[in-house]
Amino acid sequence: MQIVDRRLNPKSKSLGNRQRFLRRAKAEIKEAVREAVKSRKVADIGSGENVRISSKSLREPTFSLDSKSGARDFVLPGNDDFVVGDAIPKPPPGGGRGSKGSKDGSGEDDFVFSLTREEFLDIFFEDLRLPNLVKAKLKNVKSQELTRAGYSTDGPPSKLNHVRTMRNSLARRIALHRPGIKTLEALEAEIEAAEAETPRDEDRIAELHARHKRVLYLRKTVAYLDPLDLKFNRHERRPKPSTQAVMFCLMDVSASMTERLKDLAKRFFMLLNIFLQRHYKEVHVVFIRHTNVAAEVDEETFFSGRETGGTVISTALVEMQRVINERYPVSDWNIYAAQASDGHNFSDDMEECLDILQMNLLSQCQYFAYIEVGSSDEGPYPPSEVWEGYEELLGQHSNFAMRRASDPGDIYPVFRNLFSDEKAQA
Amino acid sequence: MQTTGKSATAKPLFDGADWTFDLVNKAYDACAEVGLDELGLDIYPNVIEVITSEQMLDAYASIGLPHMYRHWSFGKQFVRDELHYRKGARALAYELVINSDPCINYIMEENSMTMHTLVLAHAAMGHNHFFKNNYLFQEWTRADAILDYLDFAKTYVARCEEKHGVNAVEQVLDAAHALMNQGISRFPGANKHVSLARERERALARHLYEEQSFNDLWRTVPTQQVNQGDDDEDVDKTSESGRQANLPEDNLLYFLEKTAPKLEDWERELLRIVRNLATYFYPQRQTKVMNEGCATWTHFYIMNRLYDKGLLTEGSMLEFLHSHSSVTMQPAWSDRRFSGMNPYALGFAVMRDIERMATDPTEEDKEWCPDVAGCGDAVGALKRVWAEFRDDSFILQYLSPKVIRDFRFFGIHDESQHPHVFVSNIHDERGYRRVRKSLSQQYCVSTSDPDLHVIDADLQGSRRLVIQHKVQNGVLLDRANCERTLYHLARLWGYRVKLIEVDNETGKTLKEHENLRMP
Repeated sequence: MQIVDRRLNPKSKSLGNRQRFLRRAKAEIKEAVREAVKSRKVADIGSGENVRISSKSLREPTFSLDSKSGARDFVLPGNDDFVVGDAIPKPPPGGGRGSKGSKDGSGEDDFVFSLTREEFLDIFFEDLRLPNLVKAKLKNVKSQELTRAGYSTDGPPSKLNHVRTMRNSLARRIALHRPGIKTLEALEAEIEAAEAETPRDEDRIAELHARHKRVLYLRKTVAYLDPLDLKFNRHERRPKPSTQAVMFCLMDVSASMTERLKDLAKRFFMLLNIFLQRHYKEVHVVFIRHTNVAAEVDEETFFSGRETGGTVISTALVEMQRVINERYPVSDWNIYAAQASDGHNFSDDMEECLDILQMNLLSQCQYFAYIEVGSSDEGPYPPSEVWEGYEELLGQHSNFAMRRASDPGDIYPVFRNLFSDEKAQA
Repeated sequence: MQTTGKSATAKPLFDGADWTFDLVNKAYDACAEVGLDELGLDIYPNVIEVITSEQMLDAYASIGLPHMYRHWSFGKQFVRDELHYRKGARALAYELVINSDPCINYIMEENSMTMHTLVLAHAAMGHNHFFKNNYLFQEWTRADAILDYLDFAKTYVARCEEKHGVNAVEQVLDAAHALMNQGISRFPGANKHVSLARERERALARHLYEEQSFNDLWRTVPTQQVNQGDDDEDVDKTSESGRQANLPEDNLLYFLEKTAPKLEDWERELLRIVRNLATYFYPQRQTKVMNEGCATWTHFYIMNRLYDKGLLTEGSMLEFLHSHSSVTMQPAWSDRRFSGMNPYALGFAVMRDIERMATDPTEEDKEWCPDVAGCGDAVGALKRVWAEFRDDSFILQYLSPKVIRDFRFFGIHDESQHPHVFVSNIHDERGYRRVRKSLSQQYCVSTSDPDLHVIDADLQGSRRLVIQHKVQNGVLLDRANCERTLYHLARLWGYRVKLIEVDNETGKTLKEHENLRMP
């Protein structure tokens, strides 16, 4: 007999099967994920992973006998009081335990299982790609950064690593029995005391002197700090891809934006945020709200605060420009902007908006998305001022996009449209 | 138990739940002492593998075989089992044992030392003995070659995926799995002791040969038609020597592998792999009750003997009895927990009954089971039973009136068009024999699987394949499943497939299915 411990074997042995399974059920899973996105709070998207799919594409049919045809005899245990000839009514069809009858009579249950966060998001973002995602900068990297790369035995004094150096020194001194200063002082005190004694013990004094000499010799030959001990921090220059993105959320908070419209806008912003987080190591979010004046605010105020006043969109664009100039140099940051509004603006402000966008912002942004929220009960929208104004930009700038949404369910399709592959290639 | 005379002098093997490798070793030796020396079991050498619960789920998912090739259905099984397990809806089995030489036993790390001892007695002794001695296993499986063959199958499938794409391989495997139960040559002599080791060499050699001798010209050579005798069976037998259709053929996978006109060589090999696995599992499907009965009886005997010898503490013994009685519990049909017959319960009960009849027979036993009643040698009788029977014959022979009474078995007659089912037999003088026969039929694999045959393959004309289902007692095939399976079948065959359901007695055609959409 032989015992083998298999517990440390590679864990994910079933991974290959799992991947094949996910691939198989892809269509259903995608549908389920889409449903989940529609109904769930956007904030939960990254965490909720239980998915219910119908097992249609997961069927494993075999030739099996139909339990509802013909005659059969079988035996059951636990007869209480039946005698031969008793009739027992059959359970009503579909009322049996376990599987419920489905439309095609296959009786297969829905299939529930959990996706990992990674798998969930992968499917969520499948065939979506941010346009110009690979900045020119990513391809031919210019900036470099110093990263730690262990230790080396030589280097400039400024990079001396004291802890390592002293650790080596201490170890070497202990190993070579270098007497410490305390030993020396104790010995000297002993000599002094011995010499001060009245009947001088010459033998002892001589021996002490010999020891003193030896100690001095050892201290001299075994250096306190030897070049051998020195350790220096080592750094390497590594090309630094631009892996940071900043996302500007611009929103009209004037009175015409109701809570519901804000909620719509919020979902859009959060989806964009999740998406950026997947592609960039670091994502900053800047919230700019505006009425007839614009200000950078924190998230809380952005979504819940109320302001009254007219609507001048250009103020927000100016504010955005200011923030970019101050904190987010275009050379280091991928800039994305998402603007949400109900489409109202002072009509004489549109020209200024277009000016700012065309002159500056659009060339600095990777992508500028405008989403117009409206309520569905208003029927088909009449084109709003902003919509009409922005339509000019559509043909000229491939990194500008605009969409309308009137219902939480619309958000995801809008999002997909905005960042779908075709769009990116167009 | 017939064991008497407690000699509780020895020190218990272990105390408490924690286990170590050393303790497992000691427990194994103690079990082996009882199992081999006292019972005289004949086993393959054992390998005990310690695994985690996740690995157990893994093993579950791939139908108990650790080196299984990759397929999405195993992934599906895994996520399903995992969910049940996480929710606590289902506990994992304590053990898993593979019919191989050496016999591989899995034990789970989170189990207590008592459970490990139980598993060793159950699987390493009981199942192992059954695998090695039962005639079905001897005839159908090669324990020494299965692990190598699985290895080969796994790499072969992986190579095919590399070469032909995951999708293409998946399609063939899906179709083959659908026909797995029709991949066995059931009739005596049909199963020509395939050595799985030789299988592997054969596959590699064939592959090499064809790669070397490939000559595209052969495809253009006109083939000679040979008449098969039966006029309706014109079969193209010259395409490859030895490939000829001996119709009717009940092994659909075999037939397709040899005859399907459009399959590529590697696709045939995949069918062969699935077919070989189906054959490997065939004995296990036919001996569920006996196999578990044998293992449960063995562990019950061994654990009791260990306790008698003072090698188990009372605490361990109670833990064992608790788990033993849960495993061998048979809920009544009206119980919420009822989900069919529990093979552990039935197997164990009949084994215990044989033991009782051998040593302490009643008049009734002498009439019903004359060959064991009063023979005195319970262990010898059991070992003979384990070697020579399978579930249906075993029940037919050894289900005594006592067990029928204990289980309070009753027979049901069910006509599909009738709103009621009728109690046809109960546990009384008149009913014993019929209950026994009916229960035996329930375990007969050849009646629970539909009886399908290829009866016609028009290789010259439309190339339509015709399958016949011999309908017993008017029980037809499940329509939806049948059509989906036909789709798979048609994909392998490459042309249209028709399935006719014919009443076995009257010969009347009851129903016809045809695959409507071609793959």
